[in-house]
Amino acid sequence: MGKVIGFVTGLVFGLGLVVSGMANPAKVLNFLDLFGTWDPSLAFVMGGAVLVTFVGYRLTWTRKIPLLGGVFELPRRRDLDLRLITGAAAFGIGWGLGGFCPGPAVTSVLLAAPGTLVFVPAMLLGMWGARQLPANALAAREPAPERA
Amino acid sequence: MTEFTPIGSTAGGMLIGLSAVLLMLFMGRIAGISGILSRLLPPAAPDWGWRAAFIAGMAAAPLLAWAVTGAPPVQAVSGDFVLMAVAGLLVGFGSVFGNGCTSGHGVCGLSRLSARALTATLVFMATAIVTVFVARHVIGG
Repeated sequence: MGKVIGFVTGLVFGLGLVVSGMANPAKVLNFLDLFGTWDPSLAFVMGGAVLVTFVGYRLTWTRKIPLLGGVFELPRRRDLDLRLITGAAAFGIGWGLGGFCPGPAVTSVLLAAPGTLVFVPAMLLGMWGARQLPANALAAREPAPERA
Repeated sequence: MTEFTPIGSTAGGMLIGLSAVLLMLFMGRIAGISGILSRLLPPAAPDWGWRAAFIAGMAAAPLLAWAVTGAPPVQAVSGDFVLMAVAGLLVGFGSVFGNGCTSGHGVCGLSRLSARALTATLVFMATAIVTVFVARHVIGG
């Protein structure tokens, strides 16, 4: 059942990226180009997504546990550390260079643009590399347990 | 230039939100793509099944859209392989090192009113805007 829910939610997420235009790197780069060919569309993507998620999460959390059991696994860390900042900064530079963040890149794989087929393996390598570093590298302290 | 699409973009954003809510409702999980994907890499997380299914669903989405509309989704991806390789490395490394990307921090984190997510979102928006400015108006200008 978890796999069915995983597939359906992934499909809906991917459709959202396609319908919104966020799966198109040109549109993302134009959103980021405030001083050039600015296309504000992606602010509407974020707005629509946060609106639904904000309300939906609060309705969901009136339950004690998820429908398929287990617990609501929410990040519990509150500290702002150098790890968060440097990671986000590096991610933003890459996002600004290619116009892809992980969701749109994954969604675009089977469309098989040559640039996508270079980007995705490099992204996986970068992810793998980050996982090889100690969990507390540049962190303010030992990470707190993630389970809520 | 790309066309300003407030209605389609809002509708697409709401689908993304719906996906995030359903994943929380059924599985109790944050819809953070960098986390879902990176924990499939070896050593894979024990709960890799739903993660792999989620990624498969994402990859299937443009094909479904193609089948329904009769046209492939519009996409313009840079063909500069060096640029895309560097971009991919930075996106992959940065999103895992910083514990999230546009979805985990930007959508789910902001919806939880998390200060960490807000900070990360402001930082990656800022470095992305500066990167595009330098690439298009300083180097490319």
